[in-house]
Amino acid sequence: MNLQAWRTQHQSESLHGYNFAFLDDSAKKEIRRSLLKAVAIPGYQVPFSSQEMPVARGWGTGGLQITLSLILPEDILKVIDQGCDDSVNAVNIKKFVAKVAEVNSTTDTQAATLIQTRHRIPEEPMSEGQILVLQVPYPEALREVEPSELETRRMHAEGDYARMWLYLYEDIVRYGEISISYRYPVTVNDHYIMDPSPIPRWDVPKLHMSEHLSLFGAGREKRIYAIPPYTRVEPLEFEDHKFRIEQFPVACSRCGSCNSYLDEIISDVDGSRQYFCSDTDYCDKRCA
Amino acid sequence: MAYVAVKGGRQAIENACDLLSYQLQKGTSKPLGLDQIEEQLYLGIDRIMSEAGLYAPKLAALALKQAAGDSFEASFMLRAYRATKSRLSHSQPLAMDKMRVIRRISAAFKEIPGGQILGPTSDYTLRLLDFDLLEDSESRRQAFREKLLSHLDPEVELPDSFPKVVEILRRDGLLVEKSTMEKESKPFDITRQSLTYPASRSATLQSLSRGETGGMLTLAYSSMRGYGNVHPFIGELRVGYVPLVVAHPETGEPYTVGEVKVTEAEAVAQYHDGTEDGPAKFTLGYGLCFGQNELKAISMAILDRTMRNEEGKSPVEDQEFVLSHIDGIEAMGFCNHWKLPHYVDFQSSLDRLRRTQKVGEPQESEL
Repeated sequence: MNLQAWRTQHQSESLHGYNFAFLDDSAKKEIRRSLLKAVAIPGYQVPFSSQEMPVARGWGTGGLQITLSLILPEDILKVIDQGCDDSVNAVNIKKFVAKVAEVNSTTDTQAATLIQTRHRIPEEPMSEGQILVLQVPYPEALREVEPSELETRRMHAEGDYARMWLYLYEDIVRYGEISISYRYPVTVNDHYIMDPSPIPRWDVPKLHMSEHLSLFGAGREKRIYAIPPYTRVEPLEFEDHKFRIEQFPVACSRCGSCNSYLDEIISDVDGSRQYFCSDTDYCDKRCA
Repeated sequence: MAYVAVKGGRQAIENACDLLSYQLQKGTSKPLGLDQIEEQLYLGIDRIMSEAGLYAPKLAALALKQAAGDSFEASFMLRAYRATKSRLSHSQPLAMDKMRVIRRISAAFKEIPGGQILGPTSDYTLRLLDFDLLEDSESRRQAFREKLLSHLDPEVELPDSFPKVVEILRRDGLLVEKSTMEKESKPFDITRQSLTYPASRSATLQSLSRGETGGMLTLAYSSMRGYGNVHPFIGELRVGYVPLVVAHPETGEPYTVGEVKVTEAEAVAQYHDGTEDGPAKFTLGYGLCFGQNELKAISMAILDRTMRNEEGKSPVEDQEFVLSHIDGIEAMGFCNHWKLPHYVDFQSSLDRLRRTQKVGEPQESEL
C-alpha cells in the first residue's frame, strides 16, 4: 500500500485526529498478543514494546495500554485510584479513555465490564467475564533482592527463589515480623513468584481462585503479566510465620463496615483520627 | 465533612489545568510565534527532537511553547505524538562522509585532511551577558548581517564530502576493524520491542541516541572522573546535514526523502590488548544524535565505549545500568508519580510499622 492510500484510510477512521482507542492497530495487536501469552503462562512477565502515552510514565501507562487495546464501544469502564473513583489519576485516565474510545463509564463495580485500578482491588467480588487491569510500577517481585534484570530473568527461569525466601527470613529475624506492607510477593499457579502491584496485603487473597481475569501492565518497565480466572495465588509465608492482612482498630466512620480496607484520616480541627472505606463505591452502596 | 476531603475532586483537577493555561496567557507580551522559537531557540528544538526521537522542528517548537520552556515536558509531548504514528520504513545507513558540515573538528590531530572547520559554537565565546541584546531590534540584526556578509569571500566553497579522521587511523592499522562488531541484518526497533539484556548494538545505539542529555552527561562525567575511565580523545566531531535515503517499498530503489541535522562524535579510546587475532589497537566509541548537541554526542560516544568494558565494576561499564536510566521521559514520569496519592500503601506501611513496634518492645527489654 502506498503512503497516500495508507494516510487517507487512517484519517477516515480516526477520532479526534487519532485512531479508535488512541493506539494504532499494530500497537494494539502486539499488546493483545502479549496478553495472550501472559494468560497462557500465569505470573510470567511478558516484555512488550510499551508506547509512550500522553499520560506520563509511572502514571498508569501500562494499565492504560492494556485497557485501550481491549476496549470496545460497548464496554462499561470503571477506573479507580487508591480505591477511589474520583481521585486524580482515575479522573485523568477515565477522561482520556472516554475521549478516545467513547465508552460509558460507571463507578459500580458490578456494572463495569473493564476496571482499571491503581493500588486496590474492589471490595465487592467480581465475576466471570469481568476484567481487572492493574497498574504496575515495579513488575519484578525479586527486584528487592536483585537489581539486575538479566539476573532476575535467570532466577525466574530456574525457579531460583532462595534469596527471596532468605530475605523474608532475615526480615523476621530483624523485626520479628515480615515487614513487607504492600506489594506482597505471591506464588502464582505453584510456579512463578509475582509482584501483585502495590495493592495492600488486604487485597492479596482476592486474587486467589478469583472468577475474574486480572491483567497487569507496567508501562515504564515494559512488562505485561496475568492471572487467569481460577488460578492459585498464594502469598509467600512460613509455617510458623503466616501471611497476615492489615488490621484496623475500628469500623468505617461513614458506613460502619468492619470488612473493608480503611483510610486513616487526620482531622483538621483537633488532629484526631477517623477511618473511612478506601473503596468509595463500596462505601456509597452501603450508605445508599 | 472529612469524607469529601478524601476524594481527589474532579472540579479541583480541572481548575488546576485551567490555571496552568492561564499562567501561560496572563502576561501582556505578544504570543510567542513558532517561527521565533524555531529560529531563535534552535538548540532547544534540537535537544527536544533528539530526546523525543522525532525529527520535526515545527512540532518541537509547538511542544516547547505549550510546555512553557520545560524541555522534559516538551520532549515527552513530542515522543507521545510520535508513538501514535506507524513505522513505515527504516532508512538506509547514513553516509556520514557525505554530510553537509557546518562544523567539523578533531582534537586528536592538529591538521586533518579537509581542515578543521570551527563552525557555529559557543566554545570560543566569553560567557559575558550581552547587554546590547536588552535592546534587540530588527534594524540592529539587519546591520549585523550586512556587516558580516560583506566580508565573506563568495569564491570559497566547502567540498561536498570530508574524509573521516578515524578512517585514517583504521587504514594505518591503529583502530579496531569495523568487522569485529556484530552485524545485524535488520536493526532492532526500540519503539516496537522492549529492551532485553544484553542489548544488541543497534538497540544500544538507539537508546543512547534518544537519551536525556543531562543524564548521559552525568554518567559520562562519572567515567571521566575515574569511575570506569576510558581516556577518550575526540577523533572527530561533526555537525551538519545528512541526506536521508529510504528504499522504495515496491521497487527497492533508493530515494532521498530529505535531510536531517545531526551531531556525530567519534571517541578514540584506550587500546585493547593484542590477541591471537592481531596486535593491540585503539577502540572506538560512537555518538550520534539529532540536531546540534555536542555534549550529548560526546557523552554518548564515551558511554558506548565504557559499556563495552568487560568485567568493569563501575556503573557506566554496566550496559543494563546505563541504558535503563538515561531515558529522560521515563525518569521524569516516574519521579513525578510520587506526587500521586499513596494513601493505601502508606496505610499498609503504617500497619506494619505499628505491628513491628509492638513486637519489638519486649525483645528490647530482654536485651
